[in-house]
Amino acid sequence: MSKEFIKGNEAIAEAAVRAGCRFFAGYPITPQNEVPEYLSARLPEVGGHFIQGESEIASVYMVFGVAATGIRSMTSSSGPGFALKAEGISFLAGGQIPAVLVNVSRGGPAIGTIEPAQQDYFSAVHAPAPGGFRCFVLAPQNVQEAADFVYEAFDIADKYRTPVYVLADGMIGNMMEVVELPKMRDLADLPSNDSWRFNKYNDDGTARILSTYMPMGELMQNKNKEMAAMYETWEKEEQRWEEYMIDDAEYIVTAYGSSARIAKSAVKELRAEGIKVGLIRAITLYPFPKDAFDKLDYTKVKKMFCAEMSIPGQYIYDVQNAVLGRSEIIPIQTSGGVIMETDMVVAAVKENL
Amino acid sequence: MAKIEVDKEFCKSCGLCVKECPKQIIKIGRTVNSKGYNVAEQTDEAQCTGCKLCAIVCPDMAITVYK
Amino acid sequence: MEKVYDKVSFTSKTSPTGYCPGCGHGTAHKLFASALEHFNLRDKTVLIYPVGCGGLAMPWINVNVIGAAHGRAGAIATAIKRTNPDNFVISYQGDGDLAAIGTAETIHAANRGENITVIFINNANFGMTGGQMAPTTMLGQTATTAQSGRSLEEHGAPLRMAEMIATLDAPKYVARFALHDAKNILKAQQGIMKAVELQVKGEGYSFVELLSMCPTNWKKSPADCAAYMDEAVLKAFPLGVFKDVK
Repeated sequence: MSKEFIKGNEAIAEAAVRAGCRFFAGYPITPQNEVPEYLSARLPEVGGHFIQGESEIASVYMVFGVAATGIRSMTSSSGPGFALKAEGISFLAGGQIPAVLVNVSRGGPAIGTIEPAQQDYFSAVHAPAPGGFRCFVLAPQNVQEAADFVYEAFDIADKYRTPVYVLADGMIGNMMEVVELPKMRDLADLPSNDSWRFNKYNDDGTARILSTYMPMGELMQNKNKEMAAMYETWEKEEQRWEEYMIDDAEYIVTAYGSSARIAKSAVKELRAEGIKVGLIRAITLYPFPKDAFDKLDYTKVKKMFCAEMSIPGQYIYDVQNAVLGRSEIIPIQTSGGVIMETDMVVAAVKENL
Repeated sequence: MAKIEVDKEFCKSCGLCVKECPKQIIKIGRTVNSKGYNVAEQTDEAQCTGCKLCAIVCPDMAITVYK
Repeated sequence: MEKVYDKVSFTSKTSPTGYCPGCGHGTAHKLFASALEHFNLRDKTVLIYPVGCGGLAMPWINVNVIGAAHGRAGAIATAIKRTNPDNFVISYQGDGDLAAIGTAETIHAANRGENITVIFINNANFGMTGGQMAPTTMLGQTATTAQSGRSLEEHGAPLRMAEMIATLDAPKYVARFALHDAKNILKAQQGIMKAVELQVKGEGYSFVELLSMCPTNWKKSPADCAAYMDEAVLKAFPLGVFKDVK
């Protein structure tokens, strides 16, 4: 395995190529620019294609078209770009087309800032676009995970024929860390897509139609039920989280992505002062790791804290929905590009002992 | 010697063939298809030259021409 | 006697398209389906359908189809052709799809000189949604969203897409034809054959605009629509070949 000192965005791009991604379309937007820059040179080296679309909208539909022919495809952007791509993501979900979406999130709304934030949570996790569908959402907390999750996202996308959404942030995208990059996959090992890709005629010579239009409500309802069943499967089988010093914890901090990494430092600091604090880090944001909160012994948990870089809070809603009132949850929030700090978490816990 | 056949279920009674036929030997007939359209029909096969203009202008390829 | 004119081999033999009587979309489909048959391309074809009346022939055409989001066919066609060069890619779009919401995708696909064939049906209104004003609605022409007729002051003049596309360097063949009588349909067939052949030979981007009758929303019989085409539409949208790079 090769270890490299590499920037988050470039690790994301290289991991995609190694996962068998052979098409990328994207558009410049800070803080994810190195993803398209890197892939514009790298993809041709492996027989892939890169297109800089004339907009994020064009780019997501380029991915929709190519992914529909069975080629592993990815797009990346930041918050404002994902607002523009929303309808395209809906087409990926409605068309049951596998694709990987990477959001290197920044402060918002509107133009907002180019600094890291976690204000895209609701849109990523609950409604990437109107229509009630969900994406499978993974939240890396460092460059290693950014690479690993993008790599794995392609397999999840194929397994379920769904868009998989990797929600990183500007910090992860622009930080350089030592990373072990995953091995290059042989395209021959990838799952066959002849059963569903639309640019292949059926054995009986009839054509394939990939249309997300449903001429009758019943047909759409059937598709909605099919997708709901898939989400149930995710919720049963794909919840992922990290627990740190939970067993004897009287105070529990929960967070995801960069905030969780910062919160962990605070937990260590507090533990050094003899305060029994633990961390629950959500890794899959959808399916939300409810089980992590269900299995807690609330007779021992005095208070919980939720650290996120979003004001108003968003992740905290899902935490509340998982905790179900069994503990008070105190928000620790920054927003708009102001980065969470270890001292903030330490102070918040100490003030609420 | 030439003639046309109109596919009863494909004709939508738009009348473009009636207008286009140089010999004016097509009309909208009394036969009705399953969609409720009165179907076009050739009135005088003997005059048909097989020029195909009716078939060319038909938006639905309802007309087959023989020559 | 032999058959000298018949249906295209691969399209439905049991039921017609979903288009209204006299609609130009049917004629346009016949023309490009004939071209696919002529060059034996059906099994390689990938048809990008728009949102709008253009997509109503989906069950009839029996060709691999992907339904694009409104306006995005240009982007989808670009990406599929580049990654699947053996597929024969047609982007079939109406005036709302291509010249309103999809203007950017249309211009950039053309400007990149993608090796695709764009068939643009201009019937001067949003047909499927009931006759709203389109970028190609003509001055003085009424629409459900311009009930006293399009005016230069309020709505600007109709967009002449073929001429616009022809100003770009990369496109190889850009032309406009009409579909309201046999003479014009035959010319359109030749234009489409040429455009299809360009893609087959891998020579680049072709754009064929087809002026098309819309009896339902023009509120005229098909025959009166044909007359209206000569009186008004052809004046607002001159026919011709605007670019033909050898």
